[in-house]
Amino acid sequence: MPVVGKIIKIAGPVVVAEGMKGAQMYEVVKVGEEKLTGEIIQLHDDKAVIQVYEETSGIKPGEPVVGTGAPLSVELGPGMLRAMYDGIQRPLTAIEEKTGSIFIPRGVDVPALPRDVKWEFKPTVSEGDFVEEGDIIGTVEETPSIVHKILVPIGVKGKIVEIKEGKFTVEETVAVVEMENGERRDIIMMQKWPVRKPRPYKEKLPPKIPLITGQRVEDTFFTLAKGGTAAIPGPFGSGKTVTQHQLAKWSDADVVVYIGCGERGNEMTEVIEEFPHLEDIRTGNKLMDRTVLIANTSNMPVAAREASVYTGITIAEYFRDMGYGVLLTADSTSRWAEAMREISGRLEEMPGEEGYPAYLASRLAQFYERAGRVITLGKDDRQGFVCIVGAVSPPGGDFSEPVTSNTLRIVKVFWALDANLARRRHFPAINWLQSYSLYIDDVTDWWLTNTGPDWRQLRDEAMGLLQKEAELQEIVQLVGPDALPDRERVILEVARMLREDFLQQDAFDEVDTYCPPMKQYLMLKIIMTFYQEALKAVERGVEPAKILKVSVKQDIARMKYIPHDEFINVKSKEIMEKIKNELGSLN
Amino acid sequence: MAMATSAIEYSSVKSIAGPLLIVEGVEGAAYGEIVEVICPDGEKRMGQVLEAREGLAVVQVFEGTTGLSTNQTRVRFTGRTAKIGVSMEMLGRIFNGAGRPIDGGPEIVPEKELDINGYPLNPVSRKVPSDFIQTGISTIDGMNTLVRGQKLPIFSGSGLPHNQLAAQIARQAKVRGEGEKFAVVFAAMGITSEEANFFMEEFRKTGALERAVVFINLADDPAIERILTPRLALTVAEYLAYEKDMHVLVILTDMTNYCEALREISAARNEVPGRRGYPGYMYTDLATIYERAGRVKGRIGTITQIPILTMPDDDITHPIPDLTGYITEGQIVLSRELHRKGIYPPVDVLPSLSRLAGNGQGPGKTREDHKKVINQAYAAYAEGRSLRDLVAVVGEEALTDRDRAYLKFADEFEDKFVRQGKDEDRSIEETLDLLWELLAILPEEELKRVDRELIEKYHPKYRKKLQTKE
Repeated sequence: MPVVGKIIKIAGPVVVAEGMKGAQMYEVVKVGEEKLTGEIIQLHDDKAVIQVYEETSGIKPGEPVVGTGAPLSVELGPGMLRAMYDGIQRPLTAIEEKTGSIFIPRGVDVPALPRDVKWEFKPTVSEGDFVEEGDIIGTVEETPSIVHKILVPIGVKGKIVEIKEGKFTVEETVAVVEMENGERRDIIMMQKWPVRKPRPYKEKLPPKIPLITGQRVEDTFFTLAKGGTAAIPGPFGSGKTVTQHQLAKWSDADVVVYIGCGERGNEMTEVIEEFPHLEDIRTGNKLMDRTVLIANTSNMPVAAREASVYTGITIAEYFRDMGYGVLLTADSTSRWAEAMREISGRLEEMPGEEGYPAYLASRLAQFYERAGRVITLGKDDRQGFVCIVGAVSPPGGDFSEPVTSNTLRIVKVFWALDANLARRRHFPAINWLQSYSLYIDDVTDWWLTNTGPDWRQLRDEAMGLLQKEAELQEIVQLVGPDALPDRERVILEVARMLREDFLQQDAFDEVDTYCPPMKQYLMLKIIMTFYQEALKAVERGVEPAKILKVSVKQDIARMKYIPHDEFINVKSKEIMEKIKNELGSLN
Repeated sequence: MAMATSAIEYSSVKSIAGPLLIVEGVEGAAYGEIVEVICPDGEKRMGQVLEAREGLAVVQVFEGTTGLSTNQTRVRFTGRTAKIGVSMEMLGRIFNGAGRPIDGGPEIVPEKELDINGYPLNPVSRKVPSDFIQTGISTIDGMNTLVRGQKLPIFSGSGLPHNQLAAQIARQAKVRGEGEKFAVVFAAMGITSEEANFFMEEFRKTGALERAVVFINLADDPAIERILTPRLALTVAEYLAYEKDMHVLVILTDMTNYCEALREISAARNEVPGRRGYPGYMYTDLATIYERAGRVKGRIGTITQIPILTMPDDDITHPIPDLTGYITEGQIVLSRELHRKGIYPPVDVLPSLSRLAGNGQGPGKTREDHKKVINQAYAAYAEGRSLRDLVAVVGEEALTDRDRAYLKFADEFEDKFVRQGKDEDRSIEETLDLLWELLAILPEEELKRVDRELIEKYHPKYRKKLQTKE
């Protein structure tokens, strides 16, 4: 029996209803005559405080509130990829079709997964097989890029007594499992899962493998591990969005979950228009074929924005459970935190720092904790991972504000976008002095095995040079570059090379937009070789001015635009030779 | 439908605080419902329900609570949420901040009534803005290209000529080669009557008034009314754009006054303040205004927004410009320094940005060299500016020839490119050619960001050769 109560107070997105005895925390309710979707966030006696996911104007005290008996959940099954959802998994395209409007009106009810599509189900188990939660019983080729694996739902364990093959909708039975207590369970391709509850797994694995993004500054200097967490703070205009798009396009995850949380409508539209056309180098198909988009723009209801992050992570965990690698980008977690603040304010809760609720830190930690590389449930011990890259938008670029500072306490990688760099047209505008990665030691083995034995040494030396440059720059500001010793002038020159020819990467250049690890390694090696040879020349007494004039510098500047294979197999060796010849012959 | 209850009038005002009335004994008041407040002297004011409880309603009074009393004030609940009647007759008319005509003309006979809060645009129904709007202003067209459907605010400071700039944009803005229907919706919040007169005069003089809808809330008009003004304006804009196929340019000035009004209400409600006393929901609130710009599938009309805000104490990290910058697609920043140098428009291109610029630039839209040449100019100007600091320390004699060229570039850039007349309408070709002329100050090998091909085609040195050959 659903609980039926009566509204006694409305203030913005927060509604209070009485007569709600028996309702549960986080239960979804239908509010008012228009049946707006809401979620119970507090219970006092028979009064329930409800956050409503749609605009509440026109709702009156006295209107009914009806419980649904279930917490806020997402539908998991074939049909999620290529879809675009709002914060509570309502499909935006279907809403457009159903309403015929360019706006999102209130009270629209469209299921998240299409009910009329028949999917080709191929069983992978036979009658009589024993299955437990997390086992794969069959597959559906959802898109050309991703085979959707149908998992035994949590709480089901027993013998397959019936298994089908052919075309089915997500609501039709594809298998029947006889449980140990004799009960027969129909298995359908769709599962529901409450968004605020992490999906279970067997074991978390250490973050040993880097997530290759093809972006040099991120991969070589500030590596993110598979299953790791990263934060991108960025004052506006620092190229945060392009950085995130590049990650979604190029990183070696199987599935991308992109949450536009409280962001610009036109920006989401750009993603929506661009992703379906983007070639996916990994599969040769379209990027959209392995993407789930969640768009809750800044003007859409604030409570749905609060939920959007949970909707996204739950979908990500579900793909992880199939054994896939998932990259989740949330843009921006600051907007999410602000949604929490706004709702907390309406609840008249005691505020913490800058008006944010006292539970801000724990909510952020709980969210990032849902990332990880894991061994999933199921007999075959599949491995999957979820990486979380959260954007933060610190007001006024102030990193000490609560959302940024609490996020930095949790995440292991910090890609510090810098508006000053952006203004100087240094892209990606990731500041190499402020950024860090705590995964470097974990992933070093991978790099040594997959590129060269001196990878770590080159990286650390290069970082050292960039640090040194910053110190030298201060001196140059005072006395001018001519007053520096020769050795130091070489350092400045090489640091400039590192900045311009290695760190700067052109997202809009066909070749440079993605740089494979081997090419990254060789580029770095070339620059550092130049450094060593230049130092030798200086020791021989060669004037720095001569070193600065060698023609191989142009070759180094052109490296990034040379097609990868040609560079790795041919050009890199030639350039290396040329460095030794040109610098070696100076005197 | 709600008419039966709508006539109910209450005289049970329990308390009055700031712009808020608390009315007791109310049955069935809806959240967001519009109320009529009848003052002791019979004057009628408009209000809106901010919180609805059983037997109680919190009402904000748009025209302020001066002169209201707890025992003689009557409150009538109208049973409808805030709506505005719209029609094509609104073009050429002037309204106050609450939507009543103040130009002496007749009341509007509405074609339909629309909710002033609107509904969020479905992100899948949007189309990415990409039609170049030529404003005739070099710093905007060249460096911060504006496109149809964009929201591009002007971040200004008190005493800077943002109004002149906005008026110049409204006057000159056009999409080239197209004779489409164009309208301006102008919403003024808390500006002085002088400023209002300036705009009216501008619109009249240029004939723009015929295709403009004007909402004016002056500095001495009730502050709370400012909450309505931009919403009324945008509702009319949406009607003109999405139902009447017009390209609408919406100018909102001054958003700082709007935010002050928001803060005033929040304080009166004893809400927990966020940064600098502004309410925690200001981001969401501003988003519901700024996001009402765009270009949508299947509709001809578009809405382009130019909100203007004055940064308190020229502080770009102040919550108002900060939150605005996170929602809008870039910003045009005016600089006091340039203004002092006597340069109009004093647009500082370095912190200015148009996030959608790339969509409106390039062959077929502007010119093939556009993206590259502005990239080069940006970098050169930034370099020149930072050299100025160095000169202040070491003196100009210590500079190399190369550095001197950059210094000269920065100076000329401000003097020739940034500076232009208040009526000077430069075409994009003029703007780009001007940039090439300025870039010729630099040694040619410094032009690393433009391809050789483009240099040979557009660099004055080669152009002159071409011309002499011909």
